[in-house]
Amino acid sequence: MPESDRKAAIVGLYEWPKRKDPDVSAMQIKAASIKAALDDAGLSWKDVDAVYDAGDGEGGALGGVAAYLGLNPTVVDTTQVGGSSYEFHAAHAMRAIAEGKANVAVLSYGSKAATQRIPIGTGGGRAGGSWSTNMEAPYGVTLIANYAMVARRHMAQYGTTSEQLAEISVATRHHAMRNPDAVQALTDLGVQGVNDITIEDVLDSRMIADPLHLLECCLVTDGGGAVIIASPEVARGAKKKPVWLLGSGEAVKYPTNDGDLTTSAAAQSAPIAFGQAGVRPDELDIAMIYDSFSITVAVMLEDLGFCKKGEVGSYLEGGRLRFDNPGGPALNTDGGGLSSNHPGMRGIFLLMEAARQLRGESTSQVPDAKLAVAHGNGGFLGSLHSGGTIILGAD
Amino acid sequence: MPNRPMPIFPEPDTQAFWDATKERKLLYQKCNACGGVVFTPRQHCTNCGARDLQTLESKGEGTVYTYAVVRQNRQPAFADLGAYSVAYIDLDEGFRMLSTVVGVADPTQDISVGQRVKVDFEQQDDGEYLVPVFRPA
Repeated sequence: MPESDRKAAIVGLYEWPKRKDPDVSAMQIKAASIKAALDDAGLSWKDVDAVYDAGDGEGGALGGVAAYLGLNPTVVDTTQVGGSSYEFHAAHAMRAIAEGKANVAVLSYGSKAATQRIPIGTGGGRAGGSWSTNMEAPYGVTLIANYAMVARRHMAQYGTTSEQLAEISVATRHHAMRNPDAVQALTDLGVQGVNDITIEDVLDSRMIADPLHLLECCLVTDGGGAVIIASPEVARGAKKKPVWLLGSGEAVKYPTNDGDLTTSAAAQSAPIAFGQAGVRPDELDIAMIYDSFSITVAVMLEDLGFCKKGEVGSYLEGGRLRFDNPGGPALNTDGGGLSSNHPGMRGIFLLMEAARQLRGESTSQVPDAKLAVAHGNGGFLGSLHSGGTIILGAD
Repeated sequence: MPNRPMPIFPEPDTQAFWDATKERKLLYQKCNACGGVVFTPRQHCTNCGARDLQTLESKGEGTVYTYAVVRQNRQPAFADLGAYSVAYIDLDEGFRMLSTVVGVADPTQDISVGQRVKVDFEQQDDGEYLVPVFRPA
């Protein structure tokens, strides 16, 4: 990696350890996580000059997080594109730092989705009143059903099976069982069978929206955390080794009259990110891919270029995405949204675990991991959704 | 009778579409400038941006592009329905519409991608508009 490619780096991170935490507020999670992430980097509160936030919480869209923190940033960005907001934030921070507008950027997230029992996947579909929701409201499309329509189309178009998709849940749970925070999360959330699972376990779990089974759906947790992104000058003086942000891509996709529902926004964002980074998918050690559902990962493995469109079914067979198996990148080595942490917008955790791998700090560490992708997905895969791709590299 | 959530007005793009359901008509639009088919309803062409669209009546015949069967929905209007389908339907005139396939004994078994379907207009318990749904042709 030439020096000129090192434009910004993740220098600090902190993931809130608890997934069921009744006594803390979402804003407290953000503030405490930022302090801990700054400590991780060896930076101080007053070093922060850029604040990125997904606009959730009181006054969120106005940059309310800065007011709560008591900071006076000169770069403020409250981009809200759902679960991939943090990949968009990282992309924007790369640009702000490269332009010289910022030196120390903080991204933070806090949510109480488990304690507040927010039915993210089964809440019923959106109320009418807009150009798009007026055409959806009468039909009761839950979020899970929206993703299930993509899975059904993938199966019909390419012969993909539930057995093949279940490999994603199996590999991810295997990683979760090696992560003490994930094991505690599964326990605290009352998940039945806190242990490794098999393909049969996935297929035997109850159907939520055909063809997606319970164990193909992510958890609903409390949680949050913070990531610090800094300029090369700051990164060289940080406590931990820098994790460079090498490329970024952003996209939205939406239904069209002749569109292919099996292709996601990643098909647009990924080539831009890989092109900027100057690397190929087959060079990557780590794939942190938003696992709201099994099908989300399957479609994005194709769109990111790990296999051809339509071939993910056979690609998944045999568990190549386990951290200790050859033949593919290690997938969601923290246990993912499926088995560790999904408070609603998981994108920030993709950056964190990618950075942990490139630092050598993962609980399912890939030896000498050098290159990773974090791909976030927000919204509804079968209708309007966002995709943000970040390529990360170690020195 | 079902009691589906209704569209909410005023909303200028979708008013004509829903008004037409009361006459059991399924409307779509076509661009007079480029010939592109526009759906869902808008006041501009999504292909070329022209604000010159004609509104046409669909024959209501098409195929199932994809579908899912919902087993769990906490929204009151759907909570007690049992398993029901949601589907994208490709209408023969070239537009794709989100809807549902009804009139099958078991939605988990009796719906398939590529299945031919025809529109029906479903009266609701409450609410002034009829809801376009699809039945096996």
